[in-house]
Amino acid sequence: MANGNRILEVEGLRTHFFTKAGVVKSVDDVSFTLDRGQVLGLVGESGSGKSVTGFSIMGLVDPPGRVVAGRIVFRGTDLAHLDEEAMRAIRGRRIAMIFQDPMMTLNPVLRIDTQMIEALQAHEQISDDDARARARDALGQVGIPSPEQRLKAYPHQFSGGMRQRVAIAIALLHHPDLIIADEPTTALDVTIQGQILYEVQKLVREQGTALIWITHDLSVVAGLADEICVMYAGRAVETGHVADVIERPLHPYTRGLINSVPSRNPRGQPLRQIQGVAPTPLKLPPGCAFQDRCPRADARCHSMPELSQPVAGHSVRCFRPHLEEAAA
Amino acid sequence: MTSAAETEAPPIVALEGVGKRFVKRLDVAMKLANMLGSDLREEVVQAVDDVHMAVREGEVVGLVGESGCGKSTLGRVVAGVHRATSGRMLYRGDDVSHLGDRAARDVRLKIQMIFQDPMSSLNPRFRVADIIGEAPKVHGIVGRGELDGYVDEMMRHVGLDASYKRRYPHQFSGGQRQRIGIARALAVKPEFLVCDEAVAALDVSIQAQVLNLFMRLREDFGLTYLFISHDLGVVEHLSDRVMIMYLGRIVEEAPTEALFATPNHPYTQALLAEVPRLEAKRRAYTPVKGEIPSPLNPPSGCHFHPRCPHALQRCRDEAPVLREIAPGRRSACHLNDRA
Repeated sequence: MANGNRILEVEGLRTHFFTKAGVVKSVDDVSFTLDRGQVLGLVGESGSGKSVTGFSIMGLVDPPGRVVAGRIVFRGTDLAHLDEEAMRAIRGRRIAMIFQDPMMTLNPVLRIDTQMIEALQAHEQISDDDARARARDALGQVGIPSPEQRLKAYPHQFSGGMRQRVAIAIALLHHPDLIIADEPTTALDVTIQGQILYEVQKLVREQGTALIWITHDLSVVAGLADEICVMYAGRAVETGHVADVIERPLHPYTRGLINSVPSRNPRGQPLRQIQGVAPTPLKLPPGCAFQDRCPRADARCHSMPELSQPVAGHSVRCFRPHLEEAAA
Repeated sequence: MTSAAETEAPPIVALEGVGKRFVKRLDVAMKLANMLGSDLREEVVQAVDDVHMAVREGEVVGLVGESGCGKSTLGRVVAGVHRATSGRMLYRGDDVSHLGDRAARDVRLKIQMIFQDPMSSLNPRFRVADIIGEAPKVHGIVGRGELDGYVDEMMRHVGLDASYKRRYPHQFSGGQRQRIGIARALAVKPEFLVCDEAVAALDVSIQAQVLNLFMRLREDFGLTYLFISHDLGVVEHLSDRVMIMYLGRIVEEAPTEALFATPNHPYTQALLAEVPRLEAKRRAYTPVKGEIPSPLNPPSGCHFHPRCPHALQRCRDEAPVLREIAPGRRSACHLNDRA
């Protein structure tokens, strides 16, 4: 806690949705920390709660959803118990978010300059001219050619990759301490994804912004992140340094995910797949949510495993983690 | 093309100079505006441009490219959804456009397509049994009495519980829906499957299951695949041969191992360099410049020249021909002439 570089500390976060059909525990005990300039890869499949974790930090969970437990300490302030007024001063200014679909960020009927100047003036006393200059610089920073002219364009006049760059530029306007990026390159082509990853990597390095990169694709964060947190059915099941998680995964789910990636399999041979499908969030089995698909599950798995740290700096939620290989 | 011609049996599917042009014609208002002095022209997109390819029986050919490169259009031409505007398509040596009605229909049944989004390719008001059973019933592939058992059999082949056949598509998960789409295609006894981004929308763990299913079905039914994908990892794993497409043209074609080991075309090299790999190593991303240009107004000469680090004057003036650079390998790049 005394760490002056600590940007974010999420501890025991639980975000539940109280629907007519029952309580959906979208996020159920997730913890991680993030320092200045660090990149955290938040990895999980659809419905694992990775996006809701991001929304919870931003204070964007709408009813029937609610953060029911846990702390979200952002530079010493617990966001979970902040009122909307105070949250508004932080959201967009100190913490920014980038979405998968940039059209969610951009207003289709307003020019880019209007939107960017508005975003600046929402948080700062700044003249139109100064705001325009800042907006132009931000566009240049993310690699948009001739930013002066592009400021006058409408969102539909940009390609998908360029739109995502504009969304990133808007996120950067206030030099936030933390950026939450929710699958920002999933909809893009590989060469465009490469370009965006390049810009993001550069910005994090230059500005010391902390970054949470939410994705379903382990290979994207493998080359980008410092830390990785793997989620399954709302729970953080494995957290650790990127090399530890990728090279020596402890949780059977993480291991299964890595093994099922085609490049990790001999060509033409059947992929080592994970059996079955993720459980529906309304009917999670008691205990470990992965037990039905897990090759190592036994009777103990009917009760809930706690997060343990069998290896320093590498925590796992499992009764039977793959420690044999990790030790070797 | 030459290598395929050397084998005795004709390839199951062969394209000879196939092109597909989409033209947006002027409407009345635009014609009127032109009479009053504006200069509006028809918009023409050459989505597929002079493609030669041959797929041998039992082969898996991967077709890779970025959005807008024409890979889906090419797949649709092969599947008979679009009619080619130039060139010929041969099925087992017969020109498809010269077949009689009955034979043409048979060919269309032999080539089936699997789509990316099963939710938009399955009728939401049909029960699974009808989705799978409709085509074999209409085409008389199975008798009325045997239809029920036939649907069960198809569902078992793709790993679906046959007791779910009274359900509707929305009651299934994404991976299961994709299996329904595959069962529907299999139900008309196809020989050739065009898979258009068939696993792109699935979660990683489900994607592996469906890829394994594709490989098993290939064995069980002796299927041939044209596997269209932007995901090089998937294509590398599954394909025997890979074709790389850029703005309507095939720029490189090679056996999978050779292509990934020694990519020849600068675009292929750029693509391979961008693929995120599952290695916990800090990667310095060094992106290829620019974006895929608009197919409405493609660059002159080699379409890739504005983004190519090696572009010469000749690349701006003259389109390179796709020609053999080694046995079974073709590439369309002027740089190969220098060696």
